[in-house]
Amino acid sequence: MPDIRISKENFPGAIKQLMDRYRVFAPVKKGRFHEFALLQNVEQADLGFSNTLLSPKGLFHPQAERMFEYSLAREDPNAGILKEAQKDFSPRVILGIRPCDAKAFELDDANFNTESIKDPWWVQRRETTTMIGLACESPCSTCFCTSMGTGPFDTAGLDVLLVNIGEGYAARALTEKGTKVLEITSGCSSPAGDHLPLAERQQAAEQRIGTAFDPAAIAKKEMLELYNSPAWEEVQFACLNCGACTFVCPTCWCFDIQDEVCADKGDRLRLWDSCMFPLFTLHGSGHNPRSNKIQRVRQRFMHKLKYYQDKYNSGPACVGCGRCVQACPVNIDIRQVGQKMASPDCSCSI
Amino acid sequence: MQQSYTESIREAAKRLLSEKRVEAVIGFRKGTIPFMNEPFLARTVEQADLLIWDGNCAMNLANYLPKRTGSVAITAKGCDSRSIVIHLLENQIKREQLYILGIPCRGMTDKRKIADNLNGREIIEVEETGEKLRVLGRDFEQSFERTEFLEENCAVCTHKNPVLCDELLGEPVEEQQIDRYEEIRKIEALPPEQKRLFFDELIQPCIRCYACRNACPACYCPTCFVDESKPQWVGKTTDPTDTRTFHFLRAFHVAGRCTDCGSCERACPVGIRVRLFTRKLEKEVKELYGYEAGVVQDERPPLDAFRPDDPEPFLG
Repeated sequence: MPDIRISKENFPGAIKQLMDRYRVFAPVKKGRFHEFALLQNVEQADLGFSNTLLSPKGLFHPQAERMFEYSLAREDPNAGILKEAQKDFSPRVILGIRPCDAKAFELDDANFNTESIKDPWWVQRRETTTMIGLACESPCSTCFCTSMGTGPFDTAGLDVLLVNIGEGYAARALTEKGTKVLEITSGCSSPAGDHLPLAERQQAAEQRIGTAFDPAAIAKKEMLELYNSPAWEEVQFACLNCGACTFVCPTCWCFDIQDEVCADKGDRLRLWDSCMFPLFTLHGSGHNPRSNKIQRVRQRFMHKLKYYQDKYNSGPACVGCGRCVQACPVNIDIRQVGQKMASPDCSCSI
Repeated sequence: MQQSYTESIREAAKRLLSEKRVEAVIGFRKGTIPFMNEPFLARTVEQADLLIWDGNCAMNLANYLPKRTGSVAITAKGCDSRSIVIHLLENQIKREQLYILGIPCRGMTDKRKIADNLNGREIIEVEETGEKLRVLGRDFEQSFERTEFLEENCAVCTHKNPVLCDELLGEPVEEQQIDRYEEIRKIEALPPEQKRLFFDELIQPCIRCYACRNACPACYCPTCFVDESKPQWVGKTTDPTDTRTFHFLRAFHVAGRCTDCGSCERACPVGIRVRLFTRKLEKEVKELYGYEAGVVQDERPPLDAFRPDDPEPFLG
């Protein structure tokens, strides 16, 4: 399908047409911050955002997911049998997702959707979701996507890429799902013609993003050399061991499973967990293999920047969205830590 | 003026380290993004040159003291020094381990309030000269009077000067007489149903990351009640009941111990005004026992001791 244009005037109409067919999630301003929320009306969508405070991972991997429900009533013949909790897998669109976040879901697939293990809810949500990405033209000073193998115009994981071209948006279908949503909104669009200034805009955006560190240099290092580096001592000092970095991160997927029982009804829940919390690794025996802060801090960075690369023979489990840099209450900056890890003696020039 | 604190902190740190008076100095080093500094442990004279002081040293450094071994110097504002007093009273650290570098505090800058005035434009750099802030973005520059953009707890602070120190790194600043509880009384006056709604809306954005708890110097329990798992005390979801339980219990647990340093609010990634809970309990403790946390060094905190004449108005 050739590229199209949607003018600013027609854009609300296009969203409306999508809302007639899909559940549409888009950035909505709430208080000081933006978040991806189910649109109740077209006006709520605000594409004039830099990025959302929380990543949209909750749309695929909810913070608290009711997986199963069960009864414990004695007279119930099905007592103790898990029943899948009702979930909504009707088709939906995520409008305005940034390329870094879409790329993050591809990285998360390595955990939730593999040859041998498929998380049914993750997979179904991925299949029934069409992602309309919005190219990032004003990257934040904390962005470092280009160092992490993605970029402000990266199409990985997207079905459509929108680019703000001033008088409206240029749209490029990237998949069949993408073609379908552009066909649905075709009444609001016109052919793009040949002179879309996309390459220049992409270049301008990329130039605004500095180089943070080279993950390939970390991949090449000996794992134990990094693991045993004295640099962790300095990195960990300030850390409060809260979960802010992991909860805002689009590629932190770790969870805990718990049963909540009230009278004779029970729910089995899947809840975001964090490697920053001591409880995360506490064994039933009482032993905790990561009982010290330094071990937990090291785990987070090693998992993202070393173990993931080694295990999947790929780039890092980080897309450079910069959320953790902004959210950390004590300014632990993954760009600085990555530089340390990549440098020959794990030192840092900053 | 803040500049001179940087110099005197470095000078004192170098002296203490080279004389082997302490093994390390807890302070701040310059952050990587605007309005942020990083708590930093300087172990050598060279590292002491990285220590700085400006309006972005809000996090309470007393948080790094509990169960520390060895001798350490620490830079302390009024609130940090009060939290140190609490730690001494609660046996979290020994006085002889500590060398306190007292900083008469001019208040910390509220980065969110500044951002509110910039219409979504991103700050790339900040320059702080005296009480002037020059904020630079990609295509703009704006100046602010820092005193108008102080953190809320600093704006109502009545203990800017350290209550305890070994060395004061500047002239004491003037303390203010101010009504600390005007907003709390307004919430108290709400009818119960509205009050519940107010609190539910207040904590609705909570993601249960526990940044507020972990930034708090008074929260040092080896196992926090939210981490109790055998049996579990509190649900881990973001349902209103679970979130409410966490915030209410945390506030009660720091009653009479919270020094209103504001670290909890500053740490919260989603901007919840958690001090509305802790300040209510601070007010209760003050009204019932005439006690302010961490101001007096030789008296057990009221919720830590029983006296036959303790007020019991709730038994009415």
